[in-house]
Amino acid sequence: MGDFSAVLFSEWTKVRTVRSTWITLLVAFVVTVGLGAVISAVTNSQWNSMSDRDRLTFDATSTSFSGIYLGQLAVIVFAVLVVGNEYSSGMIRATLAAVPQRITLLLAKTVVVLVLVLPVALVTCFVTFFLGQALLGDHGTSIGSTHVLRAVVGAALYMTFIALLSLGVGFMLRKPVLSLGLLMPFFFLISPILSNVPKVKTVAHYFPDIAGTQMARVVGDNSVPYGPTAGLFICLAWVAACLVGGYALLKRRDA
Amino acid sequence: MIEVHQLTKRYGSTLAVDGLSFQVPRGVVTGFLGPNGAGKSTTMRMMLDLDRPTSGSVTIDGRAYHQLHQPLKHIGALLEAKAVHPGRTAYNHLLWLARSNRIPAGRVDEVLGLVGLREVAKRKSGGFSLGMGQRLGIAAALLGDPKILMFDEPVNGLDPEGILWVRNLMKSLAQEGRTVFVSSHLMSEMALTADHLVVIGQGRLLANLSMNDFIDQNSHGFVRVRTPQPEALLDALAMARISTRPLAEGGFEVIDGNPAQIGDLARDHGISLHELSPQRASLEEAFMQMTADSVEYRTGDIHPSADGTAPPPPEDAGVARTGAADSGGWGAQWNRTSGKRRKES
Ligand SMILES: Nc1ncnc2c1ncn2[C@@H]1O[C@H](COP(=O)(O)OP(=O)(O)O)[C@@H](O)[C@H]1O
Ligand SMILES: [Mg+2]
Repeated sequence: MGDFSAVLFSEWTKVRTVRSTWITLLVAFVVTVGLGAVISAVTNSQWNSMSDRDRLTFDATSTSFSGIYLGQLAVIVFAVLVVGNEYSSGMIRATLAAVPQRITLLLAKTVVVLVLVLPVALVTCFVTFFLGQALLGDHGTSIGSTHVLRAVVGAALYMTFIALLSLGVGFMLRKPVLSLGLLMPFFFLISPILSNVPKVKTVAHYFPDIAGTQMARVVGDNSVPYGPTAGLFICLAWVAACLVGGYALLKRRDA
Repeated sequence: MIEVHQLTKRYGSTLAVDGLSFQVPRGVVTGFLGPNGAGKSTTMRMMLDLDRPTSGSVTIDGRAYHQLHQPLKHIGALLEAKAVHPGRTAYNHLLWLARSNRIPAGRVDEVLGLVGLREVAKRKSGGFSLGMGQRLGIAAALLGDPKILMFDEPVNGLDPEGILWVRNLMKSLAQEGRTVFVSSHLMSEMALTADHLVVIGQGRLLANLSMNDFIDQNSHGFVRVRTPQPEALLDALAMARISTRPLAEGGFEVIDGNPAQIGDLARDHGISLHELSPQRASLEEAFMQMTADSVEYRTGDIHPSADGTAPPPPEDAGVARTGAADSGGWGAQWNRTSGKRRKES
């Protein structure tokens, strides 16, 4: 299978030596934290005008994570570029000449994305949570409350899964414009719209972002027919499908 | 040693490489020659397991490329496409490559010095000129100190200084006992660097022979002679049954002449010579004729054997060379009507 630790080190060197890595991850942090803070503050100030129904299903944790909706786009860009940059520059040929075992390459990139995004996502989600709760004032919750820690970690896992899924799509579609042209509208527009359309939503509920949202909730969403644990496995299934698909094409195609 | 065996690559309806077999001899510069679109880059990509052959195989020291442990230490390759991320520095580009094959980081500085890029090592490669980019690609090829080097059109787009540098580099690599396999669409370039030639056209092998044999078979030698007593010399040559051809600018050529023989003849007749210089017809012409024929043969007639007029293409190196010898050189074997040469793009 090749010299995995050497390839891993090499992939880490690649990721660390381009500016886009640090810019995209910083944007993911700032947007997720910032937008979450704004929405938490607004929710707090508008509390009195909320309907009783909204107040009953109010989830302080998931409200503070509202910024993930936008912040995930930066994570998608990061992961797509990890592989897409190589195809757009032609560097993939240098890579595959140095590492002809394609499974080794894909696994090394997967591990690098995982070990870089997971800590960034954890920091992002904890900062987002504490800042959001502070701004929610009396309506906020605490990390020690039931299921709250699980939801915060769940949100970080969701961001990580989105990155891995995007990496798989990046391997499948190769050109960054194609991958971004598919993933950004999907997560930003198509999935949120479809999951609100009657009938269609019974399928759309199993989309990765809807499943991921369940992982980051404390109060269950009764419009979705499964809980956070199932959400985790649905997300994992999407990640696995995209990476396996990416590998199948990487293995078969000419570089 | 690299062995290419019955290699074939089809892209949709394009047959880029067609049953190609040859071996790259060890320790010399082998020129891989063919017009644009002949299939050189495709063949090289298949050698590196980048493109999957439709059929056939390549082995390097008996193994497929993907079976090589730390392949950069066996083969270093410079491919045609610029293969660097523009936002990464030259140093970091070489660093990730080095790490993938457990090459010590110190070697990165070494190769940067070898190709003369040490001063710009910390600059982003996106701002590099074509020549600097090419040097970086060559540095990457040299990184693992490999026994075999492969360069795809290394002098394309380089300035004269860069071209000279690449030529000398290839020669010195071969002098160190390395195998150098270098592609080009220019015969003149190969004539200056290659010891051995593999010529392809439209994906098929046209010739596989040493540079000296190619020159012997393809360039008709003649001797240019100038004398203040042309009549006397022409008479003397005619008596010796040596044929001549007048030159527009005065003097004349002695076809297939031997300078020593002509000089002796002139002395015997007391004729003074002002010039006696052996000349060779352009190899570029011989190469163009060879490939033009193959291009016409391939594009004009899909089933050449059916009409019985086109000669069958050589099956492998041995046959190719025998055929050439039998029929008195490449021009003879492949000589069909003046070929419409495919436009170079
Ligand atoms: N990836 C590809 N897809 C389709 N056709 C290709 C591809 N690569 C090369 N070709 C075609 O194969 C032929 C050989 O190309 P190439 O190997 O680049 O020739 P050379 O390097 O000798 O100029 C050309 O007709 C070219 O258009
Ligand atoms: Mg080429």
